[in-house]
Amino acid sequence: MDHFTPIASTVGGLLIGLSALLLLKFSGRLAGVSSIVSGLVYLVPGEILWRLLFLAGLVAGAGACYAILGGGPVSRPGIPVPLLVVSGVLIGAGTSFAGGCTSGHGVCGLGRLSRRSLVATITFMVAGALTVYVVRHVLGIES
Amino acid sequence: MRRLLLSLLAGLVFGFGLALSGMTLPGKVLDFLDVSGHWDPSLAFVMGGALAVTLPTFTRVLRSSGPLWDKTFAVSPLTRIDAGLVLGSLAFGVGWGACGYCPGPAVALLASPNGEALVLLPSLLAGTVLARMFQRPGRAEDPAQGKGPPQPGADPIPGCG
Repeated sequence: MDHFTPIASTVGGLLIGLSALLLLKFSGRLAGVSSIVSGLVYLVPGEILWRLLFLAGLVAGAGACYAILGGGPVSRPGIPVPLLVVSGVLIGAGTSFAGGCTSGHGVCGLGRLSRRSLVATITFMVAGALTVYVVRHVLGIES
Repeated sequence: MRRLLLSLLAGLVFGFGLALSGMTLPGKVLDFLDVSGHWDPSLAFVMGGALAVTLPTFTRVLRSSGPLWDKTFAVSPLTRIDAGLVLGSLAFGVGWGACGYCPGPAVALLASPNGEALVLLPSLLAGTVLARMFQRPGRAEDPAQGKGPPQPGADPIPGCG
């Protein structure tokens, strides 16, 4: 699946945008996955169930796509477990401090012309690219 | 009730779009971030597609009197560029670039038989809990911003976006 997929990626992106628009227009909530997840950790009264349903839908929607079109991420035997642990902690803590991730800042925040989201998006994109460079080309871990 | 069903529907559309777009494949994500390797620009099209919907609509929706099925918009009132935003995004970017998963695809891992979820998801939750211990109770990503009255209906969580 490592080919250029402009059409599938554009249609997928349009669906992500549509989902975010539905949630904002009807419920007034932002479709930022990191904040939806952290809301479950913070246990805000009255804000639990919709988050669980959104995440359940997210998993089911991805599963439906794999069932219809095939594919899906397969485990990478070459990836070191400690790398996954450190990554997970950095993603969880980083998005909590930043108040959003690719969806919250990248899709929703840029959509509402938030300057914070622009700074966040540029920052995590650049940090991500530099990290891939180090992991793949300096450390030589092929993932 | 209808808001809950809408959340489920929005999640379904989001998850389907995420999987269709290729964002749930870590190798593809890393190929996008790997500008010095065999670069795959596909994920720029994901962002482009999503922004093609949100950019022309979000500001207009947010200027309206409120969401159709709720009283107010739960949107972060923060505007200041602070250390939490920049350092947090930096840390997130490093984690994203190291494993190829951002939070949406990490959750979507549960839809495929992939052992990486068993390590990545608990670590992600641990990171979230860890961050909470360093933040003030309630909301604390920026103490200077916390002095104003809370926005009615606003999420008392470091806002998304």
